[in-house]
Amino acid sequence: MNVYLDNNATTPLHPEVKEAIISFLDYYGNPSSMHETGRMVKEKIEESKDIISQFLGAKKEDLIFTSCGSESNNTVLKSLLFSKNKNNQLITSKIEHPSVIETARFLKNNSIPVSFLNVDSNGLILFDELEEELSSKTGIVSIMYANNEIGTIQPIDKIASIIKEKAPEAIFHTDLVQAIGKVNINLSSLPIDAASISAHKLYAPKGLGLLYIKDFNKMKKNFTPLIHGGHQEQGFRAGTENTLGIVALAAACKALTREMDEEIKRIKQIRDYFEFRISNEIDNIIINGKNSPRLCGTSNVTFKFVEGESILLRLDLNGFSVSTGSACSTGSLEPSHVLMALYNDPELAHGSIRFSFGRENTRDDVDKLVAVLKKEIGYLRSISPLKNK
Amino acid sequence: MSNNPGWVYTEKVKQHFLNPQNVLNVSEEEYKPDGVGIVGSTACGDMMVIFIKVKDDRIYDLKWKTYGCASAIASTSVLSVIVTKNGGMKLEDAYKIKPEDIVKELDELPSNKIHCSVLGDKALRAAIDDYFKKQNMENPYSKDFASPIVCECNNVTEEDIKLEVLDGAINLETLQQRTKLGTTCGKCIDNAKDIMKKYIDEFYSSPTFKGK
Repeated sequence: MNVYLDNNATTPLHPEVKEAIISFLDYYGNPSSMHETGRMVKEKIEESKDIISQFLGAKKEDLIFTSCGSESNNTVLKSLLFSKNKNNQLITSKIEHPSVIETARFLKNNSIPVSFLNVDSNGLILFDELEEELSSKTGIVSIMYANNEIGTIQPIDKIASIIKEKAPEAIFHTDLVQAIGKVNINLSSLPIDAASISAHKLYAPKGLGLLYIKDFNKMKKNFTPLIHGGHQEQGFRAGTENTLGIVALAAACKALTREMDEEIKRIKQIRDYFEFRISNEIDNIIINGKNSPRLCGTSNVTFKFVEGESILLRLDLNGFSVSTGSACSTGSLEPSHVLMALYNDPELAHGSIRFSFGRENTRDDVDKLVAVLKKEIGYLRSISPLKNK
Repeated sequence: MSNNPGWVYTEKVKQHFLNPQNVLNVSEEEYKPDGVGIVGSTACGDMMVIFIKVKDDRIYDLKWKTYGCASAIASTSVLSVIVTKNGGMKLEDAYKIKPEDIVKELDELPSNKIHCSVLGDKALRAAIDDYFKKQNMENPYSKDFASPIVCECNNVTEEDIKLEVLDGAINLETLQQRTKLGTTCGKCIDNAKDIMKKYIDEFYSSPTFKGK
């Protein structure tokens, strides 16, 4: 038995996605080829893009296929390196995904001015800092819609209006990787200029991302392609399309269009039930980001007096897949930058576990999980020198 | 596809992580140890306490408590087994246990885990020091292990700092690049700066080292 509770890391394929992949396996043509084998695939890709753009509420020409969310983030941010204007400052936050933080550091090392905004203990960016940093020199503001570790949702409308007031020329980019499929989003009415999306967080396979640029034809001059070559994606992103991935994502979008509203409610109920149970049955815990608007399926919990890797591995041996913000789980031996930005207390980061629920999870999973958690947390605390001190 | 992709650590680590040996399961007052040693900190994610009972220069019993990752728990557990088997290790031998000895017993550990999670040997030495202190005796073995730990998170000793200074590390940044000192919880930095300054003054103000 395995209960998968790591849906923010990646998701299992939706059954309809599996079907779509299998039925497309023999369509090997290159959509750029003029012959029938190619044209057949081209048609399928266009059809898929229609479905995807409809689901996202975007104009078709505003969507660029990439290889992943990280590539989309890199493309947007690295455009600053080629900006002919003086306004090349990047403003981002301390809780972004590594593909934004590390790209920002790279830019900083290459003479681009970068500001990392702090967040409060609820995981929301500090608006007065944003106002202070914004100026005519600001080129891009990149703030994630929802955080991958704690699930907190930033008030995008408010951020957009601050940017509009203080730096109307600046591009507002948001990392939507965690939000799509978990929040009802219509890209056309979202007050942003660019966004990054990943297919494998919404029950489609790995290896496909999207870059959204609003009013692409007018706005593309502000961005620089990362990969040059063929004419694919309106000449903005070269490389033969991930045709199988695109067809699979369309199937996922079709399913989500039908199921999403109900699923958001159902998954939130499961998450809230989980948090209700552990709050009542396990002492000395903190539910991180609890006081902010959050994604329906994310629950990030710090268990005091114990260390995250130990909890993760003991849960794993009991058949539960989760993740941790503990330093021990990474190669760098540094605790979660997100929880450090919230609390600046390594102990709270070391003992954190992220449970992220998805469409395959049930209330029954929570019952089994809570029983195992009580046992394992209890045991690890019994061998910890910190408890009952 | 294999349904059993293997575990993160060796089978030996798994056994000790799942069934730790010699955990202290009564209160310290009840156990009445002859010596207690504490190392690590919650800031770096690993902390352990070792309790020993000594008779005729042998550690005839050892109990412990650990806050940390799987390898921290397993390494303390395996150390407790090494020390207590065959009637208990002599204090002199126990004082000489090195992290490598513990890693060997666990078959293997990822290299990035050795520095931070194998702290048991240090906790054991601290417990033996404490034992001698409580007996009002000089520790006859401590001369062999004179160098105190400065950075507990990354296991950097005063001797390490001295050698790095000799090797040209005369600012904190260089020292940190080479040793990772103070890059985890950072609480040792002030102390480390003082120690650095002491050796810089000692080495670089003497005529022999001037101009380096």
